[in-house]
Amino acid sequence: MAEPLTEARAEPAPDPPAGQDERLGRVSPLTRLLRRPELGALLGAIAVFVIFTIADQSGQFADVAGAARWLDVASTIGIPSVAVALLMIGGEFDLSAGVMTASAGILLGLLTVEWGWNMWPALAVVIVFAAAIGFMNGYLVVRTKLPSFIVTLATFFVLRGTNVGFTKQITGQVRVADIDEAGGYESVRKIFGSEIGTAPENFNIRIFWWIALVIVATWVLTRTRVGNWIFGVGGDQIAARNVGVPVTRTKIGLFMATSIACALAGVMTAVQLTSVQADQGVGEEFNFIVAAVVGGCLLTGGYGSAIGAALGALIIGMAFIGIAFAGWNTDWRYLFLGVILFLAVLVNTFVRRQAEGARR
Amino acid sequence: MTASTATPAPEVTPLLEVRSVSKFFGSVIALKDISAVVDGGQVTCVLGDNGAGKSTFIKILSGVHQHDEGEFLIEGSPVRFSSPREAKLSGIATVFQDLATVPLMSIWRNFFMGSEPTKGWGPFRRFDIDFAKQTVREEMAKMGIDVRDPDQPVGTLSGGERQSMAIARAVYFGAKVLILDEPTSALGVKQSGVVLKYIVQARERGVGVIFITHNPHHAFPVGDRYVLLNRGRMFGTYEKGEIDRDEIIQAMAGGAELAQLTHELERVMAETETASDR
Repeated sequence: MAEPLTEARAEPAPDPPAGQDERLGRVSPLTRLLRRPELGALLGAIAVFVIFTIADQSGQFADVAGAARWLDVASTIGIPSVAVALLMIGGEFDLSAGVMTASAGILLGLLTVEWGWNMWPALAVVIVFAAAIGFMNGYLVVRTKLPSFIVTLATFFVLRGTNVGFTKQITGQVRVADIDEAGGYESVRKIFGSEIGTAPENFNIRIFWWIALVIVATWVLTRTRVGNWIFGVGGDQIAARNVGVPVTRTKIGLFMATSIACALAGVMTAVQLTSVQADQGVGEEFNFIVAAVVGGCLLTGGYGSAIGAALGALIIGMAFIGIAFAGWNTDWRYLFLGVILFLAVLVNTFVRRQAEGARR
Repeated sequence: MTASTATPAPEVTPLLEVRSVSKFFGSVIALKDISAVVDGGQVTCVLGDNGAGKSTFIKILSGVHQHDEGEFLIEGSPVRFSSPREAKLSGIATVFQDLATVPLMSIWRNFFMGSEPTKGWGPFRRFDIDFAKQTVREEMAKMGIDVRDPDQPVGTLSGGERQSMAIARAVYFGAKVLILDEPTSALGVKQSGVVLKYIVQARERGVGVIFITHNPHHAFPVGDRYVLLNRGRMFGTYEKGEIDRDEIIQAMAGGAELAQLTHELERVMAETETASDR
């Protein structure tokens, strides 16, 4: 009885259908789905949407006007958090990200309002400044081999102090205002601060910037060499270096991209509000990190996605607006954020174990 | 003069050769007068007990350390590597014990990490993923491993499969000399067998394999040549057939010491036997 059985097993497998590998069929679609880092965030986003649609008192949360509101908040957090997600996948943190948004706005304001620059060259200087701060963060982390947590915490305090100090020294106030009086403001506003659609169904242009950035980041991460390097340096820096990945360049580039993304977000806010508070942005870095973590980025690096971070930002945006629309006290939103973060980490850890454990 | 250089030596120049190489760390003599030859399509086993100098020896070959005395020749010309990267460019690939793989990344991402194939141009230059997946499947198939799903994270592969992936990667990227540092030390019996099979397969593809191990049972079946080290010195070089397994074991442990150990073991066992008889 045993003999014919073994013979049957020894027989070669039937030829696969042309152009298709028969072995791929063995991975169940569920495992494939569970292996996506953004799955938890997607389910979370749906859950949060349903919760706040039910709790909604204004009758606006689930319609176009409501979407314009929560997408606006989501994009403010989302633009930096896309870059922060890439940085975290690359195995590093940036605690100076939140304050960087304010620094960018203040620098833009000082250049244009106090020194009478045109908006466009001022914008270029802001981007160069952000790139330099990012380079310094990255260079110090790579050079000193200190945890990026410590290095960027130092940058956070330096920027925070500089923001307030400089602003007070130069303007005599703790804010820079009247940015709309600068030359070139209208053309800059068209690109960075205009709105599409008529109120209340008006969508800030920032939302489209955000979507474009998510697409670019996803492409870089999953389809290019640099993307492979980012996963490599975050997953195992020494292994990556041993096989020839330019670790230093990759990490510094990620820090620079993060600072530039933050500066972009800061400029957009400054252009929209026409003024910047000197102490703005403090604590925002945690929103960026929470969005990335909710989106499936591992705190230890080497795993995550830009789309996940976008979904994480979307959850935060819906929660912040949803709480207001539900008529609850907005003080509750940080409690909500904490609970969401904890649940997301639990779900993501569980999902990842499932995805890996399902394979033998 | 010209005639003498034009006339090749009767035997083929070895792929890699070291002549009386020594290495000192301060006053410590880590290696003294080591000579060995590695030919393409052959497995050279470097055997020795802990502290015999195996690690120092391969670190010289792979460019991590530089030798202090002697000559290191590749295809007849003397070399001195200042980094593992340089050694790699000369065709010497080392599969270290930690394997240089990232567990959370997929097989194809790991296989090509640092040497990603691209297609397209300018800003649209991108990682040629289809080619990568296809190649991984083919290369692993040559090693006798059926990769069902190249998207599988490397962390989910078994130790033997991961070892084999590292070997396949080194061979694919044009290694002429493949140095394997204790590839079987952390593996079970069955998986060690699998890795030994890949060593043979790499040899069949013309690669000169240097197999470092302290396990003579793994070295003996695959080796064409055995270099025995003991306390930083050469104990001897043997061609296949010149030496049998027991002699290797004897030589590795320094002969007399092992005989002493065997004797003592026999005495202890005899004592426990008589004790249990009572």
